[in-house]
Amino acid sequence: MSERLYIFKRFERFWHWSQALLIITMLATGFEIHGSYHLAGFQRAVGIHTFSAWALITLWVFAIFWHFTTGEWRQYIPTLKNVDSMFRYYVMGIFTGGPHPYRVTQLKKHNPLQRLSYLILLVGINPLIWLTGLGLLYYPVWRDTGMDLATVVLLHTLGAFMMLIFLIAHVYLATTGHTPLAHIRAMISGYEEVED
Amino acid sequence: MNRMLISSILLVFAMQAVAAGTGNTPAVSTADHTKFKALQGPFKSGEEVTQVCLKCHTEASKQVMATRHWTWDYVNPGTGQRLGKKTMLNSFCIADRSNEAFCNACHVGYGWKDEKFDFSSEKNVDCLACHNTGQYAKIPGLAGHPAYQRMELPPHSGKFVEAVNLPQVAQHIGKTSRATCGACHFYGGGGDGVKHGDLDSSLKNPTRALDVHMGADGGNFTCATCHKTEGHKVAGSRVAPTASDPHGAILRGEKTTRNPATCQACHGDKPHKPGVAGNLLGRLTLGDRLNSHTRTLACQTCHIPAFARGGVPTKMRWDWSSAGTLDADGKPFQKKDEHGHVIFDSKKGDFRLGENVTPDYVWFDGRVDYTLKSDRIDPSQTVKINRFHGSPDEPDARIWPVKRFTGKQPYDLEYLTLLVPHTATPDDTALWFNYDWPKALAAGTAAAGQPFSGKFGFANTEMLWPITHMVAPKDQALGCVECHSRDGRLKEVAGVYLPGRDHYPLLDRVGFGLAFLALLGVLGHGTLRILTRNRRKE
Repeated sequence: MSERLYIFKRFERFWHWSQALLIITMLATGFEIHGSYHLAGFQRAVGIHTFSAWALITLWVFAIFWHFTTGEWRQYIPTLKNVDSMFRYYVMGIFTGGPHPYRVTQLKKHNPLQRLSYLILLVGINPLIWLTGLGLLYYPVWRDTGMDLATVVLLHTLGAFMMLIFLIAHVYLATTGHTPLAHIRAMISGYEEVED
Repeated sequence: MNRMLISSILLVFAMQAVAAGTGNTPAVSTADHTKFKALQGPFKSGEEVTQVCLKCHTEASKQVMATRHWTWDYVNPGTGQRLGKKTMLNSFCIADRSNEAFCNACHVGYGWKDEKFDFSSEKNVDCLACHNTGQYAKIPGLAGHPAYQRMELPPHSGKFVEAVNLPQVAQHIGKTSRATCGACHFYGGGGDGVKHGDLDSSLKNPTRALDVHMGADGGNFTCATCHKTEGHKVAGSRVAPTASDPHGAILRGEKTTRNPATCQACHGDKPHKPGVAGNLLGRLTLGDRLNSHTRTLACQTCHIPAFARGGVPTKMRWDWSSAGTLDADGKPFQKKDEHGHVIFDSKKGDFRLGENVTPDYVWFDGRVDYTLKSDRIDPSQTVKINRFHGSPDEPDARIWPVKRFTGKQPYDLEYLTLLVPHTATPDDTALWFNYDWPKALAAGTAAAGQPFSGKFGFANTEMLWPITHMVAPKDQALGCVECHSRDGRLKEVAGVYLPGRDHYPLLDRVGFGLAFLALLGVLGHGTLRILTRNRRKE
């Protein structure tokens, strides 16, 4: 038997997918600007990257507002409890048919590993990328203060690599629900099938 | 050897062609000079014309005589170096000393053939050189004079230069034009387009595509439209250029000491259309992003994608060391490339020519210093005839496009100075008539007041020329990727972090390496899940 739980609210889903689109776009254009390959052309890549940056910032203004007004920010309070069993599940249980150690509820929609990694994303990787990215957009304003452009670029690129690795892991882990598409469907419909 | 130089013939005919061109629409004047009795002639010489001009234009000669067009002499206020054509060396024809009667065809005067020229005589100023509207050419070899008689040039060649009709020229004077300025400035270095790379006869009647301002189908500017001249003082100089001009456009009537010939003098330093919300969201738009480049780049860097674009090649290299080489019969000869352009001449040595040349780029703050004929050189290195100063830390420095001209030219093995050869005026020491370096150098150095040990070699030299003309229409300006890529145009320009060009290879290796490992990891994990699928179902 299973029941359907409404886990992801409409705004949350909109936030997730538009953010996903923007981040993938910015990774693709960002590494072109970085000189790793030629795709859209440098000029267009810069235009798309910059536009996406502003779009993402706008999205985040709403997301932060939403998280605080709904109290959903609590979803990211980290806990080390059961991190080890989550870890064991991904290393062993997932292959042997062991039970998923975590049961999603509306109040706790993320498992402990998710909480931790999203928190790192939200308070580490994202701010790093945004602060350095805004720094790059506004380079003409501070260029004569003696700060070093190369360092800002280095940090921005570092953030981009961390985001890229996060993305790879995140996309894969999205397939580890009770069926490969279960989590992805949940993020589309908002409903997660939870076994009793 | 009584033959004149082939290059001089070419030069003369080219200059006549330039001078004869219609060029620009004549300015509307309140005086019809054909009605002036004093201009009916006859005139025996150019000086007689000048004396008539001065009857009304009483201050004209005095004004001209205060300029470098007259003095060929200039002290760089920044470096204290004595410069000007009278003193400087270059790596083309090297110097005018001992060759004045030839070279000084481009002096704005009559009669400068040696030291004895009177710089204080007002009638020696050549008004017609700049103010003719055609049918006037100063003949190399005649010390700044036009041909007063029909003359065979070169002698025994069967080719003739018609005598100048001075009353006709004097009655049809006008403002300066691309043709009159170009009669000298297009032909520097001994021929069409040789020297600058961005100035040649193709600018006499250019299309808009060649030069958006001067294009007859574009702005149809004359030189003086930008090189705004007051009291015969012409604005703009390559000896003391304005490398950056971080200001808005100069308003009409504005009291300013700024150089009116810069791009910014008209366009301002933020010429691209800005974004909708100014500086805040403004960084969203291309215009703002381009405007912020003006802190780093000269306008010319993007807007002159290549020089020598008008079909006239420019010299990129001139190797004097092979000059004097004669053929098996002891006769001088030339070699031409597949386009018919001379690439070797017994008089001058080997050339390399270039058309549609991509410039080099250097940091430049406007300070230039020169290797003068009195300076000791280090012949084991490439001798820099001039040095452009500038670094990215200086607020006044910009990345500029330049023509990097290289060559080999004579120097004294003992005194270690670059030497002035006697080349162009027919006598028994000139290189172009005797092909004898020791004699040519002895005569040239004597005239230039240089010590000469008699022992000479050829040093590698290099000279930079700022590129500022032949501005292309905006749709032909450089795209971002021309510089923002690993092997772009600014590959060699140090001192700035250039996105797309620069990166940290270690970070890239580690970053992409870890991402690849992560990908392998999840693929492996996924494969294992698929393989163990049946076991789970049991």
